Amino acid sequence: MGMIDIQQIRSDFPILNRKVHGKDLVYFDNAATTQKPQVVLDEIVRYYSEVNSNIHRGVHTLSQESTDLFEQARKEVQQFIHARSTSEIVFTAGATAGINAIANGFERSILQSGDEVLVSSLEHHANIVPWQMACEKTGAKLRVIPMNENGELLLDELDTLLTDRTRIVAITHASNSLGTINPIATFIEKAHAKGIPVLIDAAQSIQHIPIDVSKLNCDFLVFSGHKIYAPTGIGVLYGKQEWLEKLPPYQGGGDMIKSVSFEKTVYNPPPFKFEAGTMNYVGAHALATALQYLKQHGIEQLATYEQELLHYATAKLSAIEGLRIIGSADQKVSVLSFVMENIHQYDVGMVLDKLGIAVRTGTHCNEPVMRRLGIDGTVRASFSFYNTHEEIDRLAAGLERIKLMFG
Amino acid sequence: MTIQEKQKQIIGEFAEFDDWMDKYDLLIELSKDLSPLEAKFKTDEFLIKACQSRVWLVPELIDGKLYFRADSDAIIVKGIIALLVDVLSGREPAEIAQNELFFIDQIGLSENLSPTRSNGLLAMVKQMKLYALAFQAQLEKQQSNGNE
Ligand SMILES: Cc1ncc(COP(=O)(O)O)c(C=O)c1O
Repeated sequence: MGMIDIQQIRSDFPILNRKVHGKDLVYFDNAATTQKPQVVLDEIVRYYSEVNSNIHRGVHTLSQESTDLFEQARKEVQQFIHARSTSEIVFTAGATAGINAIANGFERSILQSGDEVLVSSLEHHANIVPWQMACEKTGAKLRVIPMNENGELLLDELDTLLTDRTRIVAITHASNSLGTINPIATFIEKAHAKGIPVLIDAAQSIQHIPIDVSKLNCDFLVFSGHKIYAPTGIGVLYGKQEWLEKLPPYQGGGDMIKSVSFEKTVYNPPPFKFEAGTMNYVGAHALATALQYLKQHGIEQLATYEQELLHYATAKLSAIEGLRIIGSADQKVSVLSFVMENIHQYDVGMVLDKLGIAVRTGTHCNEPVMRRLGIDGTVRASFSFYNTHEEIDRLAAGLERIKLMFG
Repeated sequence: MTIQEKQKQIIGEFAEFDDWMDKYDLLIELSKDLSPLEAKFKTDEFLIKACQSRVWLVPELIDGKLYFRADSDAIIVKGIIALLVDVLSGREPAEIAQNELFFIDQIGLSENLSPTRSNGLLAMVKQMKLYALAFQAQLEKQQSNGNE
């Protein structure tokens, strides 16, 4: 790439200096959560040291400054995903919370017995279970878009799966276990042609792919801050204005209401009606800081480098005899799942850990995907722009060693 | 050898290694020594299901002594199982039920027993103790019946 200075970028992430079992840490678990750059850490400390005060309720200076930072963070997110208005940006605790909010709203105001909710076979449990719960309550049915052996969804099936009873399509942009990038623009187009709204789970794409919700024309989109270099406990729910107005709020409490009497409560307009209780305003500011960091370095440029890492690792690992890569979709984010012949993924993960290499093993909250592919889990290495080719070499060497040990 | 002595012996063996890879090599060796569990026992009845790996445990009481046979699809887990079987199997249920297990912790493998690790080992250790308690109760009942 040449354009980005990886060593400079690495020096922004203090945790990368850590040693694990006496070895330099190789952090390949970025799909589970990403590490935080120093600016994000500094802003969290600065916030609590200099600004901290509860938002939206005070007339005093700190409260006003805190409120301003929170609303600026909303603006930053709006610009980052190209929403039309800040009123379409709801802060949540994470992707899971956002999906639950929408599933709950649909359960209470839209879904009826016999209706259908359409998800894909690549969904994380977070985009299955809330819909199952909503279906259970209402008598609606959960239907599933199937996939092929490569981990690609069967687009052809969509025409028959989108019926006049389908009330929403909830689909992931990128698979957390296989990396598959789904052609969501096509899904949205096809669903909209039948008047069906679409929720996009962007938990695994927001950190890799520039997203424009206005162009995409999705109705809802969720993601988690912690997967995009911000802290845990903050996330975003984007909803089209008309949808956020239409759906009932998920939780009741302070700050989401205009007026309360014991007879009747009048809700605030969106986004506030979905933000009950004290929000994670420090997290929101830290998220905005992380988004600025990405913008400064150029998210497209970072993504290009991550793709280069993915291709390098795919080639390198494919060359290891007995290693089989799981998920060979045409378009993938930098997530690489694999299994090793006659070696259990737990053993692979345990030994890699002792070599200082952090990967994830198991089903990755994707049991239906594993069942479909006839495996009981994978080893998953997921790359960020702060990873290097040398680290991938270390992974490959570790795997060769594991082969000798367990062979 | 008592359960205590056996555990100390294992701790001694592992103390010779400070490189993790050597410890794992030893576990792999131990896993090979564990007599394989016959296919007829690899059923849901004996399965301890966990997210990361699967573990099977078969208890059998012979002449007042409790024997364990066990297996796992993960080799490192199987190596630890071999140690557990070595320490506990073939003893009186009361002895198994009463003794604390400390060797896994002391040889630095306790991470494998963390509940979040979800490899079936923690559940297996608990299950071994539960079997011991159940068989102990059964034996005591038989004895008191015999005394009448
Ligand atoms: C595709 C996908 N959706 C949803 C989630 C849930 O995210 P969170 O646990 O941050 O709410 C994840 C996290 O792994 C994910 O990968």
